[in-house]
Amino acid sequence: MNYHWNWGIFFQPNPMGTGTYLDMLLAGLVLTLKTGALAWIIALITGSIVGVMRTLPSKGAYWFGFAYVEFFRNMPLLVQLFLWFFVLPEVLPRSAGLWLKQLPNAPFWTAAIGVGFFMSARVAVQLQAGIGSLPRGQKMAATALGLTTLQGYRYILLPMAFRIILPPLTSEFLNTIKNTAVAITIGLLELTGQARSMQEFSFQVFEAFTAATILYLLVNAVVVTAMRFLERYVAIPGYITGK
Amino acid sequence: MFSNFDFDVVRRALPYLFYEGMTFTVTLTALAALGGLIFGTAIALMRLSGFKVLGHIAGVYVDFMRSLPLVLVIFWFYFLVPYIGQWVTGASRPISVGAFASSLITFIMFEAAYFSEIMRAGIQSISRGQPAAANALGLTYAQTMRYVVLPQAFRNMLPVLITQTIVLFQDTSLVYVLSITDFLGAASKVAQRDGRLVEMYLFAAVVYFTISCVASFGVRRLQARIAIIR
Repeated sequence: MNYHWNWGIFFQPNPMGTGTYLDMLLAGLVLTLKTGALAWIIALITGSIVGVMRTLPSKGAYWFGFAYVEFFRNMPLLVQLFLWFFVLPEVLPRSAGLWLKQLPNAPFWTAAIGVGFFMSARVAVQLQAGIGSLPRGQKMAATALGLTTLQGYRYILLPMAFRIILPPLTSEFLNTIKNTAVAITIGLLELTGQARSMQEFSFQVFEAFTAATILYLLVNAVVVTAMRFLERYVAIPGYITGK
Repeated sequence: MFSNFDFDVVRRALPYLFYEGMTFTVTLTALAALGGLIFGTAIALMRLSGFKVLGHIAGVYVDFMRSLPLVLVIFWFYFLVPYIGQWVTGASRPISVGAFASSLITFIMFEAAYFSEIMRAGIQSISRGQPAAANALGLTYAQTMRYVVLPQAFRNMLPVLITQTIVLFQDTSLVYVLSITDFLGAASKVAQRDGRLVEMYLFAAVVYFTISCVASFGVRRLQARIAIIR
């Protein structure tokens, strides 16, 4: 292989004047984590609401949840980001569109919202499955105790369901972090984007991508380990994984 | 809000969008699904083979691929494949392999990790008695897999495999980062040439949505039919 390796490149100053190339990648990592975290908050909140709606006795709520999930699941994430970024400001009323376009950090907010709603459909499906896996008697017992529907979900069903679906939620969280890389297409300089611009400035392709890969693997390892502790902490007594 | 829409832009771009773009997307999806399935089944068999080293290699590969964003993997292979080609053929400089071959290799390698997990679940869903019976009949390991285990695993997992292929169909849009003319790439090129981002991206969204929706409804019907057999 006649590729010119230069691992010292990470400690050379980058052309943006923001420190070394390593600093550039670390800034990308921070942005990846920030975008991923905000997207995950959006996904978790809207996904939980929609997931609950899909289990309610009301037909209207069920169909809304169904349509919501199909809508966000059947379009590529990239297309959804383009819709949020390029199409939404144009179809809104003029003043609102202008405000959106002039928003500072537009790629960041677009990426967080786009990835967040994309992942919310997946969270909704998981939560619906989690609630569906509970014995029917739990809901009946809640009703028999005189709890309202809201109280039943708040005190009985959701605390159980969330603990059951914690492992799949972990992988959805990891997917959220990974999916922020798609925002490179709308100009978000997250980790993959920074690795790509480092490659363009320095021509050290493989060093840049190796570093990005290692950072992604590290994030993965940290999240998986943390979630394993959380899983043990909230395990339901009496279940196979419980104490 | 649709008053200054120019739907004629979409109509004029239709031949380009579908003959150039959609052909690329569908070919890439089909070949990557096929390659990913074959390669993924091999990985699943490695993991279940009982040889510790083989299983370990396969496990590391799957975990590795699944922790990386697809965009990064696309970039990796785009730059790496020419060097691998040079190494394999012994050429004096990195060989150029073209956009299609590069993205096909990327998607096969990436999807193999996901297909292998599906096939592993499929193989594990078959009762222990079946390979044991095949063994008692004198079938070799290869024959057991070929005639007894894999056909059933494949059929049990068919809905999941198709669902994964729908995801793959949507993910192929990410070759956009290499400026390849797949369906979305074609739409985006027309959009930028004519300054009609809204119309083109909305149309692309509708097309992706329709195809994925029809396919996933098909999966749901298939699931209902398969459920009776089991």
